[in-house]
Amino acid sequence: MSTRTAAPTSPVTISTRVDKVGRRPKVMRGIRAFAVIVITIIALLPVVWMIMTSLKSPSDVVAVPPKIIFKPSIESFIFLVTERVQFASPQEAAEYKARDDLKWYEEKVAQRGQKITRVGDFPKQLRNSFIIAGTSTIFSVLFGVLSAYAFSRFKIPGEGDLLFFILSTRMLPPVAVTIPIFLMYRELGLDNTYFGLILLYTTFNLSFSVWLLKGFIDEIPKEYEEAALVDGYTRLQAFRKVVLPQAVTGIAATTVFCFIFAWNEYAFAAMLTSDATRTAPPSIPSIQGVGRIEWETIAAASLVFLIPVVIVTFALRKHLLRGVTFGAIRKG
Amino acid sequence: MATIELVNVEKKFGASFAVKPMNMTIYNGEFVVLLGPSGCGKTTTLRMISGLEAVTDGQILFDGKEVTWLHPSDRDIAFVFQFFALYSHMTARENIAFPLQAQGESKENIRKRVEEVAKMLRIEHLLSARPGGLSGGDQQRVALARALVRRPAAFLMDEPLGALDAEFRESMRAEIKRLHIEQNATTVYVTHDQIEAMAMGDRVVVMSAAVVQQNGTPAEVYHDPANLFVAKFIGSPGMNLIRGHYADGKVALPGDSYYAVPTDWQAAIHEVIGRAGDVILGFRPEAAHISENGPIATTVYTSDLHGSYTMLHLELNRDTIVDVRAGRGTSYPIGTPARFDLDPAMVRFFDPKTEAAIHKGGNQ
Repeated sequence: MSTRTAAPTSPVTISTRVDKVGRRPKVMRGIRAFAVIVITIIALLPVVWMIMTSLKSPSDVVAVPPKIIFKPSIESFIFLVTERVQFASPQEAAEYKARDDLKWYEEKVAQRGQKITRVGDFPKQLRNSFIIAGTSTIFSVLFGVLSAYAFSRFKIPGEGDLLFFILSTRMLPPVAVTIPIFLMYRELGLDNTYFGLILLYTTFNLSFSVWLLKGFIDEIPKEYEEAALVDGYTRLQAFRKVVLPQAVTGIAATTVFCFIFAWNEYAFAAMLTSDATRTAPPSIPSIQGVGRIEWETIAAASLVFLIPVVIVTFALRKHLLRGVTFGAIRKG
Repeated sequence: MATIELVNVEKKFGASFAVKPMNMTIYNGEFVVLLGPSGCGKTTTLRMISGLEAVTDGQILFDGKEVTWLHPSDRDIAFVFQFFALYSHMTARENIAFPLQAQGESKENIRKRVEEVAKMLRIEHLLSARPGGLSGGDQQRVALARALVRRPAAFLMDEPLGALDAEFRESMRAEIKRLHIEQNATTVYVTHDQIEAMAMGDRVVVMSAAVVQQNGTPAEVYHDPANLFVAKFIGSPGMNLIRGHYADGKVALPGDSYYAVPTDWQAAIHEVIGRAGDVILGFRPEAAHISENGPIATTVYTSDLHGSYTMLHLELNRDTIVDVRAGRGTSYPIGTPARFDLDPAMVRFFDPKTEAAIHKGGNQ
């Protein structure tokens, strides 16, 4: 079989082209499925453990060996949203329990020898997180899409240098600048304000958002806007009616990433906020139990904290799947 | 519909010209094709007419009114793009209605006009589909409908058939031509496909290297090319161009053949190159006919059967091969000698120094 012939000497009946070879054998697919299942378990285990812990009663939480099967309870969530004190004496406890105007959750807490004094800080902290992460995400994406469009479509003097400068703000871990930022913020009176953290998170996210969105907008053929321009629209109208709907995938992906960063940020939130503006991340590890460390309350807080990210990601998942593979899609 | 005038219009990118100063008038209702290889400046010219690209100098007039610095949306033109530029987030109907919405037309009016134009292009049944689900031909029909619906002063088309399959291209070519005739719409059409240009244009403007090489009817650019570039670029294959030495009314060709120049050409040749000198003989493949007594001796290099005719590639010598059209009846085995003669009405001559055509009626 060493000789090469210029042309087939007999009719071609068997093709050796790889794309015509049959599907992979079943064994391979089995191995793949197994690997996927293992990775899924490893990824989900901590979350499952957290959900289980949050549903355990105080005694089940510390049981050794850990209980896999237990009687679920929602005490931890009551603990999470309340501030409580221990009864000073058995007498006070008996009196308190004897009252007939107790709500169901007050009774549940009373059974643990505690009395609810007021609503806890966590709901407020969660609200702060929403305000700060939400607003900064909106700003990051809004400014990001505008400047990405400008970088993508117009000839800007020093464009490459500007883009590099924007990227360079991410070359340093943000924590490295905590001290200067802390001092600056204190001088400017921006510490412990919503505006301060929104500004900070927007700044951190903007470089990322500009770069990511520029990639997406580059993929949109400029003929789309040109068609709108000759059809009688101004550039701004063309941007709104043509570019934005086409860039929705990129905007969704960028929104999720920016939101996750701002929502999860810990170090600056811990340093620059206190009571009034404190966000959820720094407050979760500092949840004070009454008389002990309330692991189930911490787990419940983490679970509640996780839910918005899951919702945002889930709502935008269709765009995300296309978004993270954007480099592979040809324009046109 | 409008008459479009370009007066010394030029486009520079940095120091290099994308389009050297050009003058051109596209008359009301005319179908003008800008033809040339890629990078010759034809698309830039079209974009300058549309206003999507700013001129670096010169003026553009629509019906005598200066529009050089008007925004594209104020020029009342429609542009058809090679890749359709249909908005994938809108249905075909919304796409077609888009330009009318910009003009603030009433909903009722928009619906009526969209349906009218859809009927004309036979795409009524596709109006609720999204562009992603349509074939290339149907997408381009929707794009044409979007251009037509506004009844603009001029249509500008940038290789509108370039992205289509060969079968669609032929039928769309006929459709566009028919539309043009029915609408009597001033149209500027850019293409690199010379067959398309010849088939569609009232006038063909051949461009190369940022310069207009020739501006004429399809017959003119085909039969009387202004220079070697046009001669070679138009036609498939292009014109045969053989360099030879002219003296005493004869051209000495490679391979020791002599071609007797028709007497009516001799004066013009004398005027340009003198009594003797190098000249380029040009002829189309169909201007030659094989004959035993033909003055030009060759051997068959190879031959292709094209169905209705045979294209022979004949070797004058090792460096010179010409394409000659012959009937399909006879077979021409490789290596056999063949002689051919030329139709005296269809030979052309070029000056090798300037590459320009020599004109029988006198040269400036």
